[in-house]
Amino acid sequence: MQVSQVREPLINGEKSYENITSDVMAPVRAKPGKLWFLGFGISALVMLAGFAAIAYTVWFGIGTWGVNRTIGWGWSITNFVWWVGIGHAGTFISAILLLFRQKWRTSINRAAEAMTLFAVMCAGLFPLIHMGRLPLAFFIFPYPNTRELWVNFNSPLLWDVFAITTYLLVSLLFWYMGLIPDLGTIRDRMKTLWKKKAYNFLSFGWKGSARHWQRHESMSLVLAGLAAPLVLSVHTIVSFDFATSVIPGWHTTIFPPYFVSGAVFSGFAMVLTLMIVTRRALNLQEYITVGHVESMNKVIIATGSIVGIAYITELFMAWYSGVEYERYAFINRAMGPYAWAYWIMMTCNVISPQLLWIKKLRRNLTFTFILSIFINIGMWFERFVIVVTSLHRDYLPSSWSMYKPTWVEVAIFLGTFGLFFTLFFLFIRIFPVIALAEVKSVAKSSARKFIRKSSKKSKPENE
Amino acid sequence: MKNIIYGHFTDDHDLLEAVKALQEKGIHIADVRTPFPVHGLDTVLKLRRSHLPKVAFIAGVIGAVLMFSFQYWVFTEGWPLNFGGKPYSSILSFIPATFEITVLFAAFAMGIAFLLRSNLGPGSIPDILDEEVTNDHFQIILSEKDNTLSETELAEALEATGALDVKQVNTKK
Repeated sequence: MQVSQVREPLINGEKSYENITSDVMAPVRAKPGKLWFLGFGISALVMLAGFAAIAYTVWFGIGTWGVNRTIGWGWSITNFVWWVGIGHAGTFISAILLLFRQKWRTSINRAAEAMTLFAVMCAGLFPLIHMGRLPLAFFIFPYPNTRELWVNFNSPLLWDVFAITTYLLVSLLFWYMGLIPDLGTIRDRMKTLWKKKAYNFLSFGWKGSARHWQRHESMSLVLAGLAAPLVLSVHTIVSFDFATSVIPGWHTTIFPPYFVSGAVFSGFAMVLTLMIVTRRALNLQEYITVGHVESMNKVIIATGSIVGIAYITELFMAWYSGVEYERYAFINRAMGPYAWAYWIMMTCNVISPQLLWIKKLRRNLTFTFILSIFINIGMWFERFVIVVTSLHRDYLPSSWSMYKPTWVEVAIFLGTFGLFFTLFFLFIRIFPVIALAEVKSVAKSSARKFIRKSSKKSKPENE
Repeated sequence: MKNIIYGHFTDDHDLLEAVKALQEKGIHIADVRTPFPVHGLDTVLKLRRSHLPKVAFIAGVIGAVLMFSFQYWVFTEGWPLNFGGKPYSSILSFIPATFEITVLFAAFAMGIAFLLRSNLGPGSIPDILDEEVTNDHFQIILSEKDNTLSETELAEALEATGALDVKQVNTKK
């Protein structure tokens, strides 16, 4: 095994397999600190406040929101699309980067996938609340009922139900199957009996047999192959919700690729925001290195540039199509009452990622952290612009309207952040944040200095 | 497994060499346990290729056929809806849901097949010989029953390959 002269190592510091185990497991084994309790407590409180706002909506009705007959979709659908977008990075990293044999994924895939799951859960809440009658939400599934009525398979909104449900379930499966060996590792390091038993239950009795590994590998590869088109299908179908309707600004064929790249763009930004903090807090700087951040930043430049081109293409097509409604929709976006939202979106999504062409900035953690938050904000405004500015002025000037969220909508949105972070805080305490077995399997070829522990011939490798 | 002998290595390369050395002596290896998938181990052990991808394919086909025909049935028999005189069976709009169910069936069938086939699952109690296997030990397990050699001979052969802490265990199972 040789160290590449060109590529920088994926793992810094001198590591043996045992070091990797103990470093990654440290947060699971240690007693949670004050900061963890503080973060968890605040997140849980915000989550509860959000649930209270949802209860308030269910009790008093959608009239408590700022939506009206012209702008029926408001914050709720904006947040839905935004959260689903965030949920695209995890499976993109673990499935598509696995197929492309990108080894750097091993340090970040586990946490990114967990983030995906939590983001999709947050996203799924919004359409459910928005439909108004939460207890009847199961109506969206086709099941034999006394009305002998089925769901409408011609509707993209229904495709969404299938896409999001499948995505959540398959991502969960993929994530958990990857976790099984690592949970086995934790089980064997635990000293207390009940913890051992609990982790054995979670690890499904994993013992690391060669035959099991062989099946596990073959399954992971096929799952990645299945998940890769699935990731792309989810936001494609979300974009159909808009593209198949006849509202100016929505009715375009560019939507699917534009939405998918936007989703990966915002998802990676969220992964960066979280990982830059997590690596510090959990002392994992040697595993999630500046090199990892740079790689993710490169994905951000690529997807961000696609998003930028999509915006410009939309503008051009609005003019070139010669359809006056389409033209007006775009003039109104850039210069109408919601122009501020449009320009926030343009600045955050088109201009800011271009700064990453500079290598120094790409490798600067503080800059990346700030930029990732800008991108998150920009991508939220993209959805706001698409949903609200397109709806607020359509064909009939007599029904033109304006929209402002009420405190209930704001509270629900903040509440989903609470839910997201509550789950994330629990995740870092219970599960290993880094895919242990996967990192070990690349350690020899990719660590800066791998310590080979062998009594027979003890010579350090990679020197 | 009755009367088993096991020893471990602390490096995956040493493990591969040892497995080859043992096989050259005609010793049958009961199991090898490692903390991560060791590249090339399955070919050395001559493990048959897994059938899991086939399971996924078959389940995917079943999912696709079921979902497509279900939608077709709903729109032609179950509750036909007239959309401006268009045909009842609008095949194109059946594709998204069919795709999703295909993936769902394939993924879950494969996941369940993996667990069943490997005897893993909630509540499964593994026969762990050495807890360091999930950390940094690469373990070779030999069974007396599979080999013509005696226990001590097997242990010696294993030790000769450089294995550490060679132990003999008599399990009741």
